[in-house]
Amino acid sequence: MTQYIIKRLLLLPLLLFIFSVFAFFIIQAPPGDFVTSYIAELAASGSSMDQAQVEALREQYGLDQPMIVQYFRWVGGMLRGNFGVSLDWKRPIMELIKERLLLTVLLGAMTFIISWSLAIPIGIISATKKYSFIDYFFTVFNYMGVATPTFMTALILMWLAYSYFGVSVTGLFSPEYVDAPWSLARAMDLLKHLWLPALILALDGTARLARVMRANLLDELNKPYVEMARAKGMSEWRLVLKYPVHLAINPLVSTIGWYLPMLFSGSVIVATVLNLPTIGPLLLRSLTNQDMFLAGVIVLIYCFLAIIGTLISDVLLAWLDPRIRMEA
Amino acid sequence: MEPLLSVRGLKTYFYLDEGTVKAVDGVDFDVFPGQIVGIVGESGCGKSVTIKSVLRLIQNPGRVVEGEILFRHQDEDGREKTIDLAQLDPHGKAIRSIRGAEIALIPQEPMASFSPVHTIGDQIMEAVLLHQDVSKEEARRISIERLHEVGMPNPEQRMKAYSWELSGGLRQRAMIAMSLACNPRLLIADEPTTAIDVTTQAQVLRLLLDLQEQHNMAVIFITHDLGVIAQIADFVVVMYLGRVMETGPVEDIFFHPQHPYTKALLESIPSIYAPAGERLPTIEGSIPHPFSRPSGCPFYPRCKAFMPGVCNTSTPQLKPINDRQAVSCFLYD
Ligand SMILES: Nc1ncnc2c1ncn2[C@@H]1O[C@H](COP(=O)(O)OP(=O)(O)OP(=O)(O)O)[C@@H](O)[C@H]1O
Ligand SMILES: [Mg+2]
Repeated sequence: MTQYIIKRLLLLPLLLFIFSVFAFFIIQAPPGDFVTSYIAELAASGSSMDQAQVEALREQYGLDQPMIVQYFRWVGGMLRGNFGVSLDWKRPIMELIKERLLLTVLLGAMTFIISWSLAIPIGIISATKKYSFIDYFFTVFNYMGVATPTFMTALILMWLAYSYFGVSVTGLFSPEYVDAPWSLARAMDLLKHLWLPALILALDGTARLARVMRANLLDELNKPYVEMARAKGMSEWRLVLKYPVHLAINPLVSTIGWYLPMLFSGSVIVATVLNLPTIGPLLLRSLTNQDMFLAGVIVLIYCFLAIIGTLISDVLLAWLDPRIRMEA
Repeated sequence: MEPLLSVRGLKTYFYLDEGTVKAVDGVDFDVFPGQIVGIVGESGCGKSVTIKSVLRLIQNPGRVVEGEILFRHQDEDGREKTIDLAQLDPHGKAIRSIRGAEIALIPQEPMASFSPVHTIGDQIMEAVLLHQDVSKEEARRISIERLHEVGMPNPEQRMKAYSWELSGGLRQRAMIAMSLACNPRLLIADEPTTAIDVTTQAQVLRLLLDLQEQHNMAVIFITHDLGVIAQIADFVVVMYLGRVMETGPVEDIFFHPQHPYTKALLESIPSIYAPAGERLPTIEGSIPHPFSRPSGCPFYPRCKAFMPGVCNTSTPQLKPINDRQAVSCFLYD
């Protein structure tokens, strides 16, 4: 087991290198660079720059160097904790993303906890009470969850909260805390605001997860080891929770890995609607403005989180399933 | 002597959308203490459903619809009382206290009947702890002893093994150890040797016979292999399409078979005395589809002694023809 984890950890730098190259070139792919779009912006507002100014700007940001050099300067800086400066915001990237990253991870964790603690029991109940009223009820609930766009749920809930309770549910902080430094009071305020967006984001995932859990468990419930546990005289609930639920959850555990990155990109619309200070909207803006250094860093962080997530789910899976432990 | 288990008129049906499958449609047999009863019949004739009905393990859409399953239950003080298992709630406490404790099962598929993600030690200990008021260490000791008893090499280490790490023979031994965990009075073995190779088969049969003698258990042994029946059973129940065709002591079944189906079944066994090159007789026709069961005697479409107007109009009942054998056939009415 330990050996397995070490092996996986040794792979990490290699994966990160591959992804960093990947992120860099994807960002470079669109024609033009930041200066091109800056000129276009200036032109739109009626002013212009002469060629010398343009060259100076390019030189200042190192855009005149060959790609390879640009790449190594970028990576080298990051290794020293310098993520560079956002051309668009004219601020250090680290400063821009620090808090947003924390909030995104928090929101992701909360969403994850809510959707798993709803979906797993729903899946278990639907499967063990197949074709009962409660199963049909959850089936309808699940379809609605999958079919309703998340941003619409968000809008409806916002409207309900505002018109019936008079509270505004946008953002993650009360106005007085938005720009305040971190304190216990601010953290409490965050918790008060976090659960609703987390719930909205969780609903969609919950529905899918519950369907998969139900299907997996139905498969497992017909297996001979379940009948054998009954033949030993175990009570139904105890045996269901000990044997088939364990085996039905295993395949789901391997999906934990993509949870965070998926939530990152999937939540852009919701984050915009709810005005959440998360990473998603920042990435969208950096991409539309060709703010390549910022976009590159964010994409790389996505990859990093995906790798960490996969590592966590692989380790969890190996811990839960001895057959995988043996192969490793 | 009173029977330990007495099944009377058992009917178990599966209510599917396509129709009703009468998997067991009137089965009677007795099992006496210390006796080995072999249930034999072709695949799909309802052997497994019969014994699952006895343990009340039939799940929806199946149901035990009729009949009595009388079992001589023994309470903690050793007092005996006959209870009808067919009347019990299949999820209730009463049947659960009998399953695994007084009636134990060796299932048809030992590989799939162990959980692949729990050690066999965990699963055997669980069987002990479910019915015996002992500490975990004591349960562990009992489990190791049981593994030792079934001839598992290095039982202490094997407690930590997973079922898929064992060979077929050892896996079946572990399964037997688990069934014996609580010293059952009735052991039901559902084709315990079909999944393993012939040499191991013989060893497992030997082991079951030894254990039966040591524990003085009654055993219901299910198989479609008459050769195995000849080796192990005292008494034989021949089944066809959910009904009992003939019952009797093993010698009578082999040397004086009465029912045309039993005769046909015996003729289809390859004999080493048969002249070389002779074709093996098989039973004419094929087993009817469960949805299109013939009315009357289920065997008449394949029967050599078919009597039109008799066999296809009413169903023969199982009746004793002498003090040992009983047959369900109009030839003996
Ligand atoms: N869960 C079920 N749903 C519907 N039909 C079933 C179910 N279980 C068994 N049957 C039907 O009941 C009949 C008897 O099955 P059973 O498993 O008892 O046969 P068997 O004699 O044990 O055969 P084998 O030697 O292959 O194990 C078969 O026709 C089968 O299709
Ligand atoms: Mg069977």
